[in-house]
Amino acid sequence: MSAPLTSLDRPNSYIGRSVPRPNAKRLLVGRGRYVSDLRLPRMLDAAFLRSPHAHAKIVAINTEQARALEGVHLVATGEDLAKICTPWTGTLDHFKGMTSAPQLPLPLDRVVWAGQAVVAVVAESRAIAEDALELIEIDYEDLPVVVDIDRAREAGGPLINPGSVNNTCFRAQLDNGAVDDAFAHAAHVVEEEFSFGRHTAVTLEPRAIVSDYDPAADALTVHHATQTPYQFQDLYSRHYGIPEARVRVIATDIGGSFGMKLHVYHEDMAVVGLSILLGRPVKYVADRIESFVSDIHARDHRVRARMALDAKGEILAMDVLDLTAIGAFSTYPRTSVVEGNQVIRLMGAPYRFKNYRATLEVIFQNKVQTSQYRAVGHPIACAVTERLVDMAAAKVGLDPFAIRAQNVIADDAYPQTSPTGYRFEALSHQACLKRLHEMMGYEALRAEQADLRERGIYRGIGIAAFVEITNPSPAFYGVGGARISSQDGAILSLTPSGEIRCLISVTEQGQGTEAIISQIVADQLGLAQEHVKVITGDTEVTPHGGATWACRGAGIGGETALQATRVLKRNILEIAALILQEQPSALDIIDGEVVDAVTRNQRMPISEIARIAYFRSDTLPPGTQAQLTVSHHFAPQGYPFAFTNGIQGCSLEVDVETGFIKVLKHFIVEDCGRVINPMLVDEQLRGGIVQGLGAALFEECRYSETGQLMNGSLADYLVPMPMEMPDIVIGHVETPTADTVLGAKGVGEAGTAAASACVLNAVNDALTPFGATINSIPITPTKVLKALKRF
Amino acid sequence: MSGFDETLLDDADETVRVRFVVNGRKVACEVAPRETLVDCLRNALELTGTHAGCEMGACGACLVQLDGRAVHSCLMFAVQADGAKINTIEGLTESGVIADLQAEFHHRNALQCGFCTPGMLVNAHELLSQIARPSRDEIRDALSGNYCRCTGYEAIVDAIDAVAKARKESGGGT
Repeated sequence: MSAPLTSLDRPNSYIGRSVPRPNAKRLLVGRGRYVSDLRLPRMLDAAFLRSPHAHAKIVAINTEQARALEGVHLVATGEDLAKICTPWTGTLDHFKGMTSAPQLPLPLDRVVWAGQAVVAVVAESRAIAEDALELIEIDYEDLPVVVDIDRAREAGGPLINPGSVNNTCFRAQLDNGAVDDAFAHAAHVVEEEFSFGRHTAVTLEPRAIVSDYDPAADALTVHHATQTPYQFQDLYSRHYGIPEARVRVIATDIGGSFGMKLHVYHEDMAVVGLSILLGRPVKYVADRIESFVSDIHARDHRVRARMALDAKGEILAMDVLDLTAIGAFSTYPRTSVVEGNQVIRLMGAPYRFKNYRATLEVIFQNKVQTSQYRAVGHPIACAVTERLVDMAAAKVGLDPFAIRAQNVIADDAYPQTSPTGYRFEALSHQACLKRLHEMMGYEALRAEQADLRERGIYRGIGIAAFVEITNPSPAFYGVGGARISSQDGAILSLTPSGEIRCLISVTEQGQGTEAIISQIVADQLGLAQEHVKVITGDTEVTPHGGATWACRGAGIGGETALQATRVLKRNILEIAALILQEQPSALDIIDGEVVDAVTRNQRMPISEIARIAYFRSDTLPPGTQAQLTVSHHFAPQGYPFAFTNGIQGCSLEVDVETGFIKVLKHFIVEDCGRVINPMLVDEQLRGGIVQGLGAALFEECRYSETGQLMNGSLADYLVPMPMEMPDIVIGHVETPTADTVLGAKGVGEAGTAAASACVLNAVNDALTPFGATINSIPITPTKVLKALKRF
Repeated sequence: MSGFDETLLDDADETVRVRFVVNGRKVACEVAPRETLVDCLRNALELTGTHAGCEMGACGACLVQLDGRAVHSCLMFAVQADGAKINTIEGLTESGVIADLQAEFHHRNALQCGFCTPGMLVNAHELLSQIARPSRDEIRDALSGNYCRCTGYEAIVDAIDAVAKARKESGGGT
């Protein structure tokens, strides 16, 4: 009956255990504390008048009537806010030669995309503020609109930024090995041009901010629905000239973020300025259409790529041109260049070829800006690579599994450096491939596919291997001059009643940060998880750190918690040893009790140590100063990034009459290193996959020729619904990173990274009998029918 | 108020008195005719468990139970709800009618950010009151007016499926 004992059988072993999130109960009973719920005394509401033009000169603004409306407290234009806010520029030094125009909260003389906020109104209610917007008159003078990527690149065409020589934001080239030679001697070359639709995060809670400036104290408190409170503390301090210690950013519950809520938005900066001008709290919550026209978009790419292979199907080289259009300027402070940079550096990442060349061109246009959204760049690189691999397999006459098995970097060949410059510590492509093959029941799926084809039912099977960037070091942003931390900090206390309080810089967006931190602390200290309280998201109380983005919460935040807990445990045992007249090394802690390390006999509860240290220090030996609060920081060292890997599989059916695609089942085998909470890891994978499936099949921000967003509502912009989504089968391989004690890497983006590539391959597989191919995402019914020449 | 032009306040002042039974208690409030039910619940009544996600009836975050049925509170004016019995997530929690759903959602982590969750629970409650033992497809179909951007839906379907099964086995359900 009894299974063999594992590490999970020792007391308080929480690392590797599926436990529910303690903080989820509040959310289930309607007790979330979202910024959109917040009302402060004397709070006012802001609303913004937006540009109807994609590119126009602002000739005159008349706000007289709006100012006169009862209940309106302030009408502010670009000029009003420019007096108190310094401009920002979305460039980073390590992207050599990149340019972008300086930005202000509201524009002074020119609008550069349709939907850009132009005038702010602050009133006693949002409704009154919106009434006032209707009383504002703005005279615009149209300027030439540049929407299309080709038009933007035309020599002598209209310029987005006056004074610049062209519409190029950034250009980069990579060239390693002997690419021309490899292509010249290749037995097979496959080549394709791919296009990827712009899409956006669509968090269910739109962006929300309440800024509360107190002129008496010259202190700013901003309740900000963001992943990165420390980054915003720094930015609000520097751009509004308030000392950092007097700026507090509080990030409480947040209704989804996915990378979208860590960028500087003009409205958010404006709201801070409005509260400074008024000396009162000002709230702004984007409505849904405002979200669509002002949240960052992502993944607007066109990629031409080719791959060279030898006669046996060995990949020899890749040659890639990636064009990406990013809007009228680069987003601050993380730029709009990182995505393209990751596209060209993640190409071909699972495979062992050494000859690689890529050109990246990042181009301005009159649309809202793009920037980092979940799985930054990965889905593009993965779709291009994996589609070319499938095309190559067909050409060479290999099965998709076979060509990958032949070309992936062997699991025992690490460490490796990719031809794009990434250093891989240890990945597990071979193990993942093998596992996926079993999990899918691949042979049976293929047999079923063949049978069904006879009956006119067209199923497709697609697989896609991926590599994901996690645990970023300062190589990501710090080296470029951004004040974005790659380290995290924790303050850990034994409370007087013997519980643990952990203040930590990583933040919670629902993925379970607080849960896994409490698991790690409980596990490492030796007490029940319910006795650990984790506090996040308040710059006034939690130490400065990177917070949560780019899959760093578990890997870096978790290691911070682990190391901090070990220090606190040592301090607790030192006091215990004095009281018990033992050596600290002879003692341990289990279930909140100090025990004899060898016999496990209970000696005294840690609550008793806390009582003595806090209230009866007179009974401790002279000179003893109990340190029952520790602060500890951890910055990743060793590899610049902890790469993870995995492979996804998809089975779907294409209705060749209607073009509709039904995803039947989706599979993933993923290796994120040490798994802290299997249930939460699986939920990250499932959620990520569904966002990737949305991109593959539905999601696209569609623009008119005049730069108007045509589908800016949740009825028109399609996000995946339950009935369209499949059940998802998950498998794990665990290759912990040796750079940390914990060994955890990130997992938040793995699902999104390869899901669209998988669907692209599966749809093309389904269409094979028709000789039809698809090279564009999202794969809409129209595109399917066009490929089939039925539309 | 001498010297004050009263007409200035005419528009801002125009409110209608509405009365409903919210979460089992009689409530009266003054609302502007243009105020939606979701705004009234969240602002005047401070029932912030009901969320506004799209304000056009697409996402389901604002679902409340109105006279026994799940209704988009963003698509109704507060004045239209005059005389109605309304239950929000707060009231459904207090009465215990969805306690098993909430426990199963928690156990299976069928939520992440939690913003869609109250609407999801209102809809799940309605589904199970109409079909005691829905199939997974029926659950997925019923939930297709509730967007969740975090979970990928599977755990939500699992949780509702498990509750339906448990209710059936314990002889409950309808």
